[in-house]
Amino acid sequence: MTISLSHYLTVAAILFTLGIFGIFLNRKNVIVILMSVELMLLAVNLNLVAFSAFHGDLVGQVFALIVLTVAAAEAAIGLAIIVVYFRNRGTIDVAEIDLLKG
Amino acid sequence: MYQAIVFLPLIGAIFAGFFGRLIGARGSEVITTSLVLVTMPLSWFALYQVGVEGHETRIELARFIDSGALQTSWALRIDTLTAVMLVVVTTVSGLVHLYSIGYMEEDPHRPRFFAYLSLFTFAMLALVTADNLVQLFFGWEGVGLMSYLLIGFWYHRPSANAAAIKAFIVNRIGDFGFALGIFATFTVFNTVQYDTIFASAPDQVGKTMEFLGMQVDALTLICLLLFMGAMGKSAQFLLHTWLPDAMEGPTPVSALIHAATMVTAGVFMVARLSPLFELSPTALGVVTFFGATTAFFAATVGLVQNDIKRVVAYSTCSQLGYMFVAEGVGAYGAGIFHLFTHAFFKALLFLGAGAVIIALHHEQDMRRMGGLRKVLPFTWAMMLIGTLSLTGFPFTSGFVSKDAVIEAAYAAHSPIGMYGFVLTTVAALLTSFYSWRLMFLAFEGKPREKPDVLAHAHEPPWTMGIPLVLLAFGSLLAGAIFMHFFIGSDQTAFWRGSLVTHGGEHHEVPLLVMLTPTLAMAAGFAVAWYFYITNPLVPFGLAKRFRGLYQFLLNAWYFDALYDAIFVRPAKRLGQFLWKTGDGTIIDGIGPDGVAARVIDITNRVVKLQTGYIYHYAFVMLVGVALLITYFIFAGGGLPK
Repeated sequence: MTISLSHYLTVAAILFTLGIFGIFLNRKNVIVILMSVELMLLAVNLNLVAFSAFHGDLVGQVFALIVLTVAAAEAAIGLAIIVVYFRNRGTIDVAEIDLLKG
Repeated sequence: MYQAIVFLPLIGAIFAGFFGRLIGARGSEVITTSLVLVTMPLSWFALYQVGVEGHETRIELARFIDSGALQTSWALRIDTLTAVMLVVVTTVSGLVHLYSIGYMEEDPHRPRFFAYLSLFTFAMLALVTADNLVQLFFGWEGVGLMSYLLIGFWYHRPSANAAAIKAFIVNRIGDFGFALGIFATFTVFNTVQYDTIFASAPDQVGKTMEFLGMQVDALTLICLLLFMGAMGKSAQFLLHTWLPDAMEGPTPVSALIHAATMVTAGVFMVARLSPLFELSPTALGVVTFFGATTAFFAATVGLVQNDIKRVVAYSTCSQLGYMFVAEGVGAYGAGIFHLFTHAFFKALLFLGAGAVIIALHHEQDMRRMGGLRKVLPFTWAMMLIGTLSLTGFPFTSGFVSKDAVIEAAYAAHSPIGMYGFVLTTVAALLTSFYSWRLMFLAFEGKPREKPDVLAHAHEPPWTMGIPLVLLAFGSLLAGAIFMHFFIGSDQTAFWRGSLVTHGGEHHEVPLLVMLTPTLAMAAGFAVAWYFYITNPLVPFGLAKRFRGLYQFLLNAWYFDALYDAIFVRPAKRLGQFLWKTGDGTIIDGIGPDGVAARVIDITNRVVKLQTGYIYHYAFVMLVGVALLITYFIFAGGGLPK
């Protein structure tokens, strides 16, 4: 069986869906949400790389590398925010973060 | 020079009012007092120049209102009548300023007080130097405003605020008539300038104008409307209720505004417009009637008051009545003469009463005084001089001017003149009684003060003493010195047309009539002596036996209760209705507040959507993205295919 483009896309879609469910089915803590976001980002990256290989165009892979860099920065900032939040509020439990409640 | 007289107090008021914090209380006192004291000799010099040498002038300062036929200018009209008023105003004001330095020593708001006093002086000077009715009205309202502010000077006292508002509102009623009078003058004469009005007034005799759908005599109508303003300002019968309450203000204010100057503005106005009033016998009759009634009414009420300042206040009311009686029978010179002397002895009495009040730590009730003659001999002597002059002891100022008024009323030989003569004579008796009652209750007999208060009682400081001494000289001598100018043989040459004089013709009055006021005074003194020195229990017995009459007098003929029932309470009920029903239910319930309440109801529901949980927001966002993508896929984003 040859591994075609659609296989890659299917894996990426599954990963993306997992990311989405991770965001709003999780009741534990914010880090899980951050990980889910990373997961969604990686799913999109996978799409980019797959299409790049399929079309024989390297730009897509270069773009994926840039996205990874940005994702690293984003993860660092996200974790920093979580650390600061924990210092201030003493918890990062998702169910307790409701300051926006009307 | 005349500009300086009028505007120096204004400059002082500006300094003390706006820069009071900068220059401090002492600085405000010194600046305002010295500026007003400068105007004092200038005014006396002005009286000499105008009254004796005859240099009348008219100084035009600025245009005031130019609107069609209404041309008014801001001008100083300096004739004898104005000069006399300048002297009265600046003299009393200067002495009161000086006195206030001592009297208000412990008050934290002295800059404000002195600014008000000086501003009042300016307004009063603007009033008396007015050249037309509009400028007169400016001063008229200016003094009314300052009176309001000074009565309510101790604004933390609810009673002072109430008295201030009462004074303002009662004066509004009078001023309503006064304003109508000015309008009517303009309608009839097409000008508000005094000289033009006086020149064309004789042509208007007998002409009528429409008022409230009736044809009435134009001149009488104008005079009566203007007199209504005078009644308000000079606290005449029916509009007098504010004056006794005005005693809530500091005592120097009572002396300056509510005895010597502002309340005499009505008297001054009638004298100023005497060429107009002279043409309307009906109006003059009304003036006499109200003057005589006030003189009698206020004197009866003064008999039983216990507050030392209220006695003097009712006395002022009564003396103002005398002035109107004189003017009503055509003796304008006598009216102004009484104004002139009254300013001295009534200011003296008020300031003396103030010295007593300060000495006793703000005790005003005469029932808690007594025996003060030995403790405060200087104050006693001053009060004695004031009382002698007020009651008309022979050859004091009050004697000369009051007798002139009473004789003029008799000499009018008219029914209304007789009415005035009888009531003023009776009032002279009553005046003598209540004045001596005040003296005996406060200064004679056994001390009724608390011992510690009496131990701390002290004579006033020199700032309060000097004004008392100077006013005492005025009370004793002013009458004799100025008699032949104001009412005597020189009167025509002295007034020179600034008011109507019936000079030359000397009234022959019987000796008995001439002696009547003096006899009345002696009788009042004797009764007071009997009641309060020899048999101090008699007044209590009388008060108990004639309980109804006593209460009637004590409550000032129940005028306050009457007005309360007729005007105040219905007005309050109307206000309550408009507030609760009109504003609360209708406007707020249906209008702005109703709409706002509905908006809040809706928002309260919407706000529940905001859970605050991140995953809820993320979910909504995702659903939104999904919907948007679906739309783009199936509808092509609304783009044409």
